[in-house]
This record gives sequence, C-alpha cells and structure tokens, in this order.
Amino acid sequence: MAYGAFAGGVHPAYNKELADRRAIEEMPLPEQLVVYFTQNLGAPPEPIVKKGDTVRKGQVIAEAKAFVSAPVHAPTSGTVKSIDMFPHPVGTDMPAAVIEPDGEDAWAEGCNVERNTDSLGPDEIKKLVQGGGLVGMGGATFPTHVKLSPPEHKKINILIVNGAECEPFLTADHRLMVERADEIIEGAALFARVLGVERVVVSIEKNKPDAIETMRSRSADRKGFSVAAVNVLYPQGAEKQLIYSITHRKVPTGGLPMDAGVLVQNVGTCFAAYEAVRFGRPLIQRVVTVTGSGVAEPKNILARIGASFEDLVRFCGGISGDTGKVISGGPMMGVAQYSLGASVTKGTSGVVFLRRDEIPQYVNDPCIRCGKCVTACPMRLNPSALSIFAERMAFDKTDEFNVLDCIECGCCAYVCPSRRPLVHHFRRAKAEVRKKAKRAG
Amino acid sequence: MEEKAPETKPEGKQPTEKKPEVGPRFLVSSSPHMHGGQAVGDIMRLVIYALVPVTLFSVFVFGLAAVRVIVISVVSAVIFELLWQRIAKRRVAVRDCSAVLTGLLLALNLPATSPWWMILVGTFFAIVIAKQIYGGLGYNPFNPALVGRVVLLISFPVQMTARWVTPSKWGMSAVTTATPLSRMRESLLSQGRIDLHLSQREWIDLLIGNRAGCLGEVSVVLLVLGGIFLIAKKVISWHTPASYILTVWALTGIFHLADPTRYANPSFHVITGGLFIGALFMATDYVTSPITPRGMLIFGFGCGVITVVIRLFGAYPEGVSFAILLMNATTPLIDRYTKPAVFGAVKKKAAA
Repeated sequence: MAYGAFAGGVHPAYNKELADRRAIEEMPLPEQLVVYFTQNLGAPPEPIVKKGDTVRKGQVIAEAKAFVSAPVHAPTSGTVKSIDMFPHPVGTDMPAAVIEPDGEDAWAEGCNVERNTDSLGPDEIKKLVQGGGLVGMGGATFPTHVKLSPPEHKKINILIVNGAECEPFLTADHRLMVERADEIIEGAALFARVLGVERVVVSIEKNKPDAIETMRSRSADRKGFSVAAVNVLYPQGAEKQLIYSITHRKVPTGGLPMDAGVLVQNVGTCFAAYEAVRFGRPLIQRVVTVTGSGVAEPKNILARIGASFEDLVRFCGGISGDTGKVISGGPMMGVAQYSLGASVTKGTSGVVFLRRDEIPQYVNDPCIRCGKCVTACPMRLNPSALSIFAERMAFDKTDEFNVLDCIECGCCAYVCPSRRPLVHHFRRAKAEVRKKAKRAG
Repeated sequence: MEEKAPETKPEGKQPTEKKPEVGPRFLVSSSPHMHGGQAVGDIMRLVIYALVPVTLFSVFVFGLAAVRVIVISVVSAVIFELLWQRIAKRRVAVRDCSAVLTGLLLALNLPATSPWWMILVGTFFAIVIAKQIYGGLGYNPFNPALVGRVVLLISFPVQMTARWVTPSKWGMSAVTTATPLSRMRESLLSQGRIDLHLSQREWIDLLIGNRAGCLGEVSVVLLVLGGIFLIAKKVISWHTPASYILTVWALTGIFHLADPTRYANPSFHVITGGLFIGALFMATDYVTSPITPRGMLIFGFGCGVITVVIRLFGAYPEGVSFAILLMNATTPLIDRYTKPAVFGAVKKKAAA
C-alpha cells in the first residue's frame, strides 16, 4: 500500500471550511468553571479541595494516586463554590469542583516560571509532564507520562506527531499548527529527548496545506524532523492506522504503539508539553472547535478547562432553534450530549452542533450482507457478522470475531445501507466480553 | 404520514426549578453522527439500472412477448411482497425495490414464450417461499429469483426448455428452435460428437445476443456493460464474476483440449447459456453469497465447477441456476472459514 494510506476507511463530508480559517480566540473567563476530577483514562485522581477553599491558578485540586492517572489543576484563581455531580461529556454524571473565579487569574507559586529546557534530562521532563497533568488531547485522554515510560525492552525509534485531524468539522489541531508551530515542534523535541528518539514525523492530512507548509518551514532546520502529508482518508488520525500509513508497521492486535516501536502524540499534547516543561503551566486550557451548521459563528476557542458548553455557545453567538444534536468531539466518534450542561475537559477537541435535518437516523433493519462495512473497516473486521452475533446476544462469537479490536471509528455504520447502529452493537459486545473475561478472572 | 415535532422535554416531568439552565434538549444516540447517505433502495435501483440495457434488448429481439413476461413478473412480484407484508403484519418495505429487482431478474431468466400462470407460480415461489417466509430481505438463504426459476424448470420442463423462439424482429414468427447449448447436447447424444463449427458471424451473433435463450441471458455484451457499471459504482466487486467465469473457461478448456469432438470450445461455453447473467447478477446477490473477497473467489470457483459438471455430465444442458443455488447453501460455511485477518493480527502457526 502506498505511503500515507491504509486499507479501508471512508470519505465523509469534512465540513472543515466552517472554521479552518478562523484564528484561535481566547474566551473570557466565564462566571464559573466546572472542573471534573476525572479527566483521564485510567485511575481517577483523588480530590484534595473542599467547598469554600480558595485556589490559585495552576494549583492541584485532584492528586494522581496511581501511575496511570493525571492530576487536575485549578484553571484560574478563585473559590471552590461547591463539589457536586455534573453531566460529563462522556454521558454520565461525574464529581466536579465548581470554581468561582476571583477575576485576578493569579498563578499559584511555582507555576508560570520560565525555565531553561536545554539542560533537562529525560526523567526531569517526564516528571514535569506528569506534574502538569498532561493527557492525550486528541480525545483519548490517556496520561502522557505513561506513554513516555515504555518498559526497558521496548525500543521506540519513531515519534509521530499526530496532526492528521481526520474527524470532520474539527479544526483545533489545524489552527494550532498554523499559529503555534514553534511551540508544537519544541514540545515534540522534548518528547523525542525523553525517549532518545531520532526520527520525528509530523503527519498532517493533505487537506491542510497551510499547516503542512508552516510545520515544514519551521521544522526545516531541526535534525530528524520531517512532515508527512498523508492521504485524506478517515480515520487517518487513529493511532494504528497512522502508524501504518507512515511506517508500514502494524501494531499487533491487543498491543500498543510501543510494540511497533512508535510513540504517537497529538499536536495539542505537544503544545501542552512545551507549556508545562518550559513555563511550568499545567494543562488548564485547550483549543476547542465550536462548529456545525447549528451554531451562529463557528470558532476555534482557547477555552479554560471547566468552561461549560453553554458558555462556548454564548461566545459563538448562540445556536439556531433547529439544532438537533450536540456532539462532544467530532461527528464520527464524538458523544452526543442531551444538554449544554457539560463542560470542557482535557479531551474536548470540539463541540459540533448539527441541525435536525442533518442527523441520520440509525435503525435496526436487517443486514443485507452487502459487505460495504467489510470494505470500510480499517481494522479488517467483519462488522456484518459481528452485528448479527451481537443482536443475538452471542457475545462469545463476537469475541471470536475479534470485536475487541474494534476502534469504534464508525466507518461501518457510515456506509451501511440498512443504517444499522453497528458501533452501538460493538460497544455493547465489547463491554459484555470484558465483563465475562473479568468474571473468569 | 404525520410529522412529529421532536419533543423538547419529557412529559409530566416539569420540575419547579427555575428556567432550565441547560436549554433545549437534544437527540442522544451512539456515534457516528453522520451517514454516507446510501440506502438499500439506492443499491437495488442501481442494479435495476444496470439491467435496463439487457431488458430493452430483450424487448428489441423478442418483441411484445418479452414485454408481457417482464410486466407480469415484476408486477406480480411486487404484489406478492406487498400482500405478504400486509398479511404477516410486517413493515411494508416495497419501496426498497428488492421485489422489483427479483421480478425483473426472474423475467430475464424465462423464455419469451412463458405462459402467464407459470410466471405467477415463479414469482410466488421467489417472493413468498424463498424470501418472505424466511423473514424477508436479508434472511433468505437462497437467491429468490433463482428459486423461482428452478421451481419452474423442474415443474414445467416443456415450457421452460422446449419452446424457444429465435429472435425475429418484432413479428414473433415463433420459429421453435433450441438454444446453442441444448443443440450441442442433442448432437452429442445422437451422434456421439458435437457438431460445432461457428463462423465469425455466428460468434458475433452469440455475443450480441442474436440467438435463442431466456430474455436476459442472450446478450453477453450488454450484460458485461451492466456488470462494469455495477463494479464501477461499487455495488458488486469483481471477485465472484471473475472467479466464476474464469473457472468455467478453464475447466471446459481442459476438457476441450482432451477431446475436442465431445467437448466444445471453452469460449463457446462461456458466452452461451446463462453464465454471464448468473455470474454478474445472480451469484453476486448480497444476501446469499459470501461477504469477504476471499469467500467470493471460493464461491465463484464452486459455481464454476458445478456449472461445468452439470453442462458436461448432467441431465440438463445448462447448470448455472443449480450451481448458484447449491453454492448459496455453502455461503455460511465459506464465510466462517474466510474470516478476514484482523489488522495487526499476530501470525500463529495454525489457525485454531
């Protein structure tokens, strides 16, 4: 297969033009910030603030007790008004601290201090990344320091900086690459130093020529850096597919990128690493694309963690009355919201507003076995068979047909002429298979 | 059809809270939240479009008799589907055009002289027995149009195989004749050898369809045209037809080389009979054929072997329908053993 491509995938309407020319705008501090304690994959960190506490910007409000966990910091200075359950973008209610800004936006001690990064060793960088609460900002929210700590015998020799941004509508990474290229490159260089990696490949889908151009010119004098223009093919930004596109290495099933000798970091995470390591600024803000035909003025917003979707909407001039769906993340893999009550987390790459007439209705019509899903599946599964097993609740069979390898990218459902809710079936099957494995010990 | 306005809030649960801070409520469902837009009906319609040239050509060569067969078949197929879905209280899904396609395919597999009642028997078996009783589109193990045809072939052999007419420009002078394949078989049975010396003119006639046969099977050129259209539109993949046709060509070629007096030229085998309509339009039926490319190759190969065995050694001059139906039965098995290798699959010594 050609460089920059992988088997399967689909070409959804990208709709990036809504926001891809809009410069990142910083949103003013809202009246309150709802900061969830759990913002990472893995163990939830433990809250260490209580109602009435005053906090400073960058102060830790939830401590990581386990290794696969990331601390959470106060996004501004102010008072903890309450600690309660709030709707989390993933769909359930989660505990969060409500912080009322005092307007000073004053940094905690030790934060926001510039440091010379040239002399920092791998362990020091890793510690700063861990302390900064960094997680994968493409949406997976896996703690970054864990990815930087491969076991001794796993040799990583390529760092892929993921700027593919293959989700339709989203332009946050695109804008970041155009506007903050130097910082991203610095951050990536820090990651490379931690792992002793000599080859860094910034991969960007070909539909972002300005980002490719910028990243190319800014990294030209860097040893080991290159920019790869990869095909516009969803899900190009999925880790395993991107690794294959660029290196032709396959991550073994059930394995991690490190098993293929590769580390993948999102461009946003690289930027955050630079901020954390160079300036001691923990991860308290991120770029969020607020877009879709339902929103008055699509924007790329630099928002504090904890700003509610309602605040974002207000900053973008409101939403139209026929908005039928609000999606946290992109429309292919994002989570539909029942209200605007959720708040920005470290993994919120965008909020997409779709009008009612744009929303496809998935129904459970019978599979006609056309095989379009088999062609589209980038993991080379048989979604048709899997969905039929899942309907019959034959979860053992779904396991046998490798449902656990499903990355939930949605290509199968996107092409299904019977409009079967395939990803829904596979989520259920995966949960059942895992539950059974757990019971079996 | 009543248009139901989306509910903004659940009924009976309007709490005393101040104005809902969360604003309007939105639809919640599993991702993805986009769709490519293609529906089952779109695919069925594409297949019907692909059959338009063949259908028009059959009208051109067989005249009004062809129109009669096609209209009776299509209309009765749709009516049977509609009636059954009403009686069985299933969702009426006539609009997906699958019954139209089944009716059209059956018509194209019938001789122009078919009596009306026979066509009705055929569409009844195709729609009600072969498809709806199993649960409708998606659940039928056998290709409905072929079930209809084979039921007729076995039940009414005279009407199905002995009353061919030569194409004769509209007038339908009804010169009773035989298909090329049955002519060959007869000479083989009576003289112990085939009597097959075709001029270039006759080859061209065979290709464009100026010969006796079922409505839709006669014009290889137009069938291929339709097939290319479907492959280009990604409705079917090349695997099944290529594997099927090549298998027939290779196998009959081997026999031809061994004994040219008994076994005909492979190219003759390939372009006569119902091979092209079968390979392009029947063996590629989604529901009843394998779903993976490897499975399709095996399926096509199996169809080819059975077709050749029936043609050369069986009681019928033609074996395409039987071959595809028999292979339909093996589809679940083929699917099971041609599970695609997962991306990043770790190679094991032997498959478990």
